Amino acid sequence: MQNKEPGMTLIVKTITRLTVGLILLYGIYIVLHGHLTPGGGFAGGVIIALSFVHLMLAFGKEFALKRLSQAAIAISESLGAIMFLAIALLGLVVGGYFFFNFLSKGRPFELFSAGIIPWCNIAISLKVGAGLFAIFTALILFSEARQER
Amino acid sequence: MELQVLLLFMIFAAVVAVEIEDLLSSVIAVGAVGLGLSLAFLILKAPDLAITQLVVEILCLIILIRATIKKDLVLVKDGRWLFNTVSTLVFICFFLVLAYFALKELPHFGQPIMRVAKEYIAYGLQETGATNIVTSVILNFRAYDTLGEVTVLFTAVIGVLAVMRKIGRINAK
Amino acid sequence: MIEFVLCLILFCIGLYCVVRKRNIIKIIIGLGIIEYAVNLFFILIGYRAQGRAPILAKDQTVINMVDPLPQALVLTAIVIGLAVTALLVAIAIRIHDKYGTFDITKIRRLRG
Repeated sequence: MQNKEPGMTLIVKTITRLTVGLILLYGIYIVLHGHLTPGGGFAGGVIIALSFVHLMLAFGKEFALKRLSQAAIAISESLGAIMFLAIALLGLVVGGYFFFNFLSKGRPFELFSAGIIPWCNIAISLKVGAGLFAIFTALILFSEARQER
Repeated sequence: MELQVLLLFMIFAAVVAVEIEDLLSSVIAVGAVGLGLSLAFLILKAPDLAITQLVVEILCLIILIRATIKKDLVLVKDGRWLFNTVSTLVFICFFLVLAYFALKELPHFGQPIMRVAKEYIAYGLQETGATNIVTSVILNFRAYDTLGEVTVLFTAVIGVLAVMRKIGRINAK
Repeated sequence: MIEFVLCLILFCIGLYCVVRKRNIIKIIIGLGIIEYAVNLFFILIGYRAQGRAPILAKDQTVINMVDPLPQALVLTAIVIGLAVTALLVAIAIRIHDKYGTFDITKIRRLRG
């Protein structure tokens, strides 16, 4: 059977449509609760990248790159790095040394606590997720360009 | 007890991954090693690492399968079998002799020294406000590690994008 | 002590694979196994018998915790390992594209 559409079969596409949002949501949950429960910026970033990888494997590269274009990947990767450095430098300005925890600690066991740690987690997850998805996109685009030749 | 069984399973999967001839089977066997490592982290009371290792292993498997699939999987013939094997074994024996002296000096299994970590556990909550001690270590006490890690990751991404460029600049002209 | 020895055997399998094999993908796999063994070794050193995960819980005083410091170090090492593996795979795909083989001895022979 010749399948003209890019990507996998209808069954895989339907399941992907149902699950990809949940995977993305789980990644965001892992990132935001990184200072309370196991997880954090690294694991959450990789899960966010995996949700887009899932989309790309099931629907083909055009569909996934329409959702998250290469410019957006580059911007979010740079944004993560700059945000992380900016938090560290703000600590230098406010408190006198690098990575100073200058925000209020809050009450423990609550979502908005622990000062700069949730913000650092968000920055790292942007960095890791966008970086790994960029690597995967580069590998996919290269192998398809070689097949055309 | 379950830890030893899991480690034996990982060793078995690693031997399969090294010795099997089909490259795709080899990649899948190394995935089994990684998933066993994830379970071992869970037994050793490191849930952060278990989650991270699990998702990293899945992505690593996808990337490695991408590299091996649709390639001509020719058998690589080994020349000079005896010389290569003997020299490799000599190298490993030399390493094992060094490892023997190192193992004698290590603390016993189950009794860590924790000279630095005692402070982190005692003052982690009141200094940072984070209830996950590992997060408070990587993002507050030892945030320079994370900064270096982010730098290495950035460099690796730039490296992959540079290697995977479609046409080199010299050829394009 | 037996755990350390088993971890060492895992390391030696990876070392054998890196030194002995001639296929580039096999060498990448061997490096991955070495990385797993080193990560596992760090966590084994930090493990405390009947310890608890280093996460505080509400209304509980936790007496003995496992060592959080090696866990923090390994957490960064895992992600770096993934990035390094991706870089190696990219280089391997480039080599396969140029020479049409994964065999390292053939690649040396074809170098002008």
